[in-house]
Amino acid sequence: MAKFLLKRIASALLVLWIVVSLTFVLMHSIPGGPFSREKAVPPAILKNLEARYHMNDPLSKQYVDYMINVAQFDLGPTFRYEGRTVNDLIKDGLPKTATIGFLATIFALGGGLILGSIAALWHNKTPDAVATFIATIGVSVPSFVMATFLQYYLGYKLGLFPPVGWNNGAFKNLVLPALALGAFPIAQITRLMRTSMLDVLSQDYIRTAKSKGLPGYVIIGRHAMRNALLPVITYLGPFFAYILTGNFVVEFVFGIPGIGQFFVTSITNRDYSTIMGMTVLFCSLLVVFNLLVDIAYTFIDPRIKLTGQKGA
Amino acid sequence: MKMAQDLFEPAISQISAEHINRPSTTMMQDAWRRFKQNKLAMAGLITLGSLILFTFMGPYFIDFNYMDNDLMNQHLKPSWTHPFGTDALGRDTMARLMYGGRVSLAIGFVSVLINLSMGVFYGGISGYFGGRIDNLMMRIIDIIYSVPELLYVILLMVVIGKGGLLNIMIVLGIVNWMGMARIVRGQILALREQEYVLAARTLGANTRRLMLKHLIPNALGPIIITSALAIPSAIFMEAFLSFIGIGIQPPFASWGSLAAEGRLNIPSYPYALFFPAAAIAITMLAFNFVGDGLRDAFDPKMRK
Amino acid sequence: MFKIRKKKSLAVAIAMVLSVSVLLTGCSSNQPAAPAKEMKTSFNAGAEPKTLDPALSTGVPESHIQTALFEGLTRIGEGEKVMPGIAESWTTSADGTVVTFKLRDAKWSNGDAITAEDFKYSWLRALSPALASEYSYQLYYIKGAEAYNSDKGTADAVGIKVVDPKTLEVTLAAPTPYFVALTAFHTLYPVNKKNVDANEKWSLTAETFIANGPFKMKEWKHNDQVIVVKNENYWDAKNVKLSEITFRLIEDNKAALTAFESGELDATENIPTEDIERLKTAKVLKIDPYIGTYYYRFNVTKKPFDDVKVRKALTMAIDRKLIVEKVTKGGQQPAYAFTPPGMVDVEAGKDFRKVGGDFFKEDVAAAKALLAEAGFPEGKNWPADVTILYNTSSNHKLIAEAIQNMWKTNLGIDVKLRNEEWAVYLESQKTLNYNISRAGWIGDYADAMTFMDMFVTGGGNNQTGWSNAEYDKQIKEIANKSGDQKVRVPAMHAAEKALMTDMPILPIYFYTNPWVIKDKVKGTYRSSLGPIDYKLATVE
Repeated sequence: MAKFLLKRIASALLVLWIVVSLTFVLMHSIPGGPFSREKAVPPAILKNLEARYHMNDPLSKQYVDYMINVAQFDLGPTFRYEGRTVNDLIKDGLPKTATIGFLATIFALGGGLILGSIAALWHNKTPDAVATFIATIGVSVPSFVMATFLQYYLGYKLGLFPPVGWNNGAFKNLVLPALALGAFPIAQITRLMRTSMLDVLSQDYIRTAKSKGLPGYVIIGRHAMRNALLPVITYLGPFFAYILTGNFVVEFVFGIPGIGQFFVTSITNRDYSTIMGMTVLFCSLLVVFNLLVDIAYTFIDPRIKLTGQKGA
Repeated sequence: MKMAQDLFEPAISQISAEHINRPSTTMMQDAWRRFKQNKLAMAGLITLGSLILFTFMGPYFIDFNYMDNDLMNQHLKPSWTHPFGTDALGRDTMARLMYGGRVSLAIGFVSVLINLSMGVFYGGISGYFGGRIDNLMMRIIDIIYSVPELLYVILLMVVIGKGGLLNIMIVLGIVNWMGMARIVRGQILALREQEYVLAARTLGANTRRLMLKHLIPNALGPIIITSALAIPSAIFMEAFLSFIGIGIQPPFASWGSLAAEGRLNIPSYPYALFFPAAAIAITMLAFNFVGDGLRDAFDPKMRK
Repeated sequence: MFKIRKKKSLAVAIAMVLSVSVLLTGCSSNQPAAPAKEMKTSFNAGAEPKTLDPALSTGVPESHIQTALFEGLTRIGEGEKVMPGIAESWTTSADGTVVTFKLRDAKWSNGDAITAEDFKYSWLRALSPALASEYSYQLYYIKGAEAYNSDKGTADAVGIKVVDPKTLEVTLAAPTPYFVALTAFHTLYPVNKKNVDANEKWSLTAETFIANGPFKMKEWKHNDQVIVVKNENYWDAKNVKLSEITFRLIEDNKAALTAFESGELDATENIPTEDIERLKTAKVLKIDPYIGTYYYRFNVTKKPFDDVKVRKALTMAIDRKLIVEKVTKGGQQPAYAFTPPGMVDVEAGKDFRKVGGDFFKEDVAAAKALLAEAGFPEGKNWPADVTILYNTSSNHKLIAEAIQNMWKTNLGIDVKLRNEEWAVYLESQKTLNYNISRAGWIGDYADAMTFMDMFVTGGGNNQTGWSNAEYDKQIKEIANKSGDQKVRVPAMHAAEKALMTDMPILPIYFYTNPWVIKDKVKGTYRSSLGPIDYKLATVE
């Protein structure tokens, strides 16, 4: 286990370095810069600005300086907000994004597992049809459409929940964003769970359990669930990636001051340090999540061993 | 009357006990037979067919085109003349939906074709050679997987710029091929150990022949399934790009860009979002049903 | 071990489903609005401020909040009138180059007295190359300021003199009649020296934010909201009736409007075009003047727009009235000149635009004839790659699509559209990598010069490649060298005539500011330069 972890961390650092370098190059190859303005900035002022942000250094020096800072967990000052650092942005925004992501995860995982199991248990009966229908809606509408519909109908028209705003994280303000964010994964998880549960239910040991007269919930809870979970866990990697990036739409539509918005706005603003910061943050989170998923595997299925080798 | 010898052939006197009376079917024919029995999948296929007809033939049957403005008739509600209403510049929404559908479907198909070729090529090589090469190539995929995809799509779109149709296809194609590569590699890795491959190899088949004649055709099932499910996600991605404003350029439209426009219309003209959203939803459903059907058809074990 | 875990997770899942269903049925959360007696209100300022440090800020969201938090030597009041602010009076020398401000007894929000020294410190700070303020050029009217800011002169050489703690004497580089009005602009606001020197991040948190306006900061939740409360130390506090304003920071205009309509916000601006008609019908839409022009640039260095006939033909062949009525809808005015209404002419009370009049008429037949003369009869031989460039935004897109269609119908020419993401678009414009490019200009101050100095040869905001000796002469040699309205205003009229004869730009409409505010909020003043002033506002 320790060896596995060490290996994975080493490879994660390598990945991080490659990704960050790639972003650095891409970023500097897009036209415009952080001081592009509609009202042209006079050359003298532009010179002052560049000096202040060390942008008059050669790119190679900027790159090395940046890497040294990142190694010390310093993501640098943002170009967009005076006097604030990318670390500040993350400190302010990440907890909000995480809150919504967490709620959406509970909603998608809990809902998906339940709906999927129901659909499999009552295979080809009404509950199956209902669960499948719910699952299908989620995958068939783009997230911004889903968010807009929820906001307009549940929030604005029916007034069930506040349609906009963070409001210090009041639960009622979080419901719609979490639903909108969870709609796509809940559908995916339901489908996965349904298929794998059906698969498991046709196995001999389940038949044995049934013939012994065990009640349905015991069969499901004790025998079927665990094995049926495997494919769902495989999906968790992409799932967390979705939750992370999907937050942009939700935060934009519902006006949530999270970190997801910077994903897009940092590029539009040519906020170089924030672009890099977002890359580092999201890349690290993805790596960590993937690692957790791999570890979760071994708990669910003891046949799988962590060896540091992936695939096969 | 003279009878030519060669008009006749000898009747076969005895039928071999091993003779298979049913015509032999290929894997594809088999799959198709199973696919046909799946009602939902067939419904999906028919829906897709109708959508393609709607988008490609539809424009010949209506009086409006997708770009002519009619500022005196903007934001009309659905009516007999404009079944889906008109947009902010008085353009017929149905005409725009037809046109946008072509763009969306084209983006879906072409970007998946790109992702397919890259994935099959990469995964094929990785799986076929195995060992160190495979290890290295899979490591690279792991790296790409931990890249925040969205960030790269946006960066690439901005770098390439101009949001042309081809650019969108390429960008969506090149950020999405890793899943395909993994699947192909897994298949090839398993298949190359099979006896028939060994047999072919013993008979002197070269790499090229092995790959093209034996390995890839047998991996076709999962490839097709993955492709069928990748098309809707490409359409989704394009919709997202339209939402943040770097998707398809006007006067062209896609379902994604129409939905993004529709979102802005929502409190005042809700029908403007309804129709493009419905078009996307129907397409997604159809592709998903077809994808599920294909999975069942290619993998009979999965059928319940 | 596993069994327990799993049971737990199931239990959690079920609990979650239950709680969601309880919520769905049991929660109806539209509370009634707070009792009106409190005199609180809210306004959506838009995006998170880049900074609230007046020397460094640049955007409109900032200026709304800063108008509440700060006060310059002057303050703009009803009818764009320059009112005494921290200065109770001022005098200008006969040659117009020395302005002397007399400060009143005013205090900072922490109770310190505001002195002339504070202004000198603040202005020099804004000009210091190390601070690198983007808007420092707003101070270039002061003698020696540009040199100091460009690292070519010293701070001592800048023409700001503290005569005594209550008297500030400013020496200008050239006579500038609008300089007094400019002291109401945020770059020229004062900051508290002691506070700024003590804490470089003073402007980031409410606790360390010291200012001098009618309100003081109570809370700043980044990307969420800024709350300001009445400043009892403000010199005119007795006339400030509001106890609290919440500036929300919702970036999406759509979401902001939804918040307004569901009662969470009292006012918001930047109304999405799609909603204007509905809000008009519901009689909640307000349309305020806004000093700005929406226009297209022609790249005069490239064919076919190197030919003035082509530029004129295209300018004359669009229907501006239709565009403002059917596309933008916010009561904008069709533009047949460059400088928008709202700027004074020679005589006070006369409008620069009214006196200047229109420079051309829309005339499709004449446009066709011009185009034919230029070698494109009925649009024949028209180059296939002529493109309108605009930055990503649904409004710019709609306008471009409408104009594209008008040119096609009226002149038989095809143009393409190209949208570019903001920074790329700015770069393309700057490097003349376009044929036709969408542009907009909002005035910095209420004098025609804020528009007329744009198109001088090589000017940073020219970006058309156009150069005209007559125009340069009128602006640089005459208007900019004189403080006499009788000299400079006619020169600017002459310059505008030169501009509109050559037509390197295609004016489309003059901006307005459509916004919504609850009826219960009264007495706000909306400057035609953008910012909203809540100083005298009340809530019923």
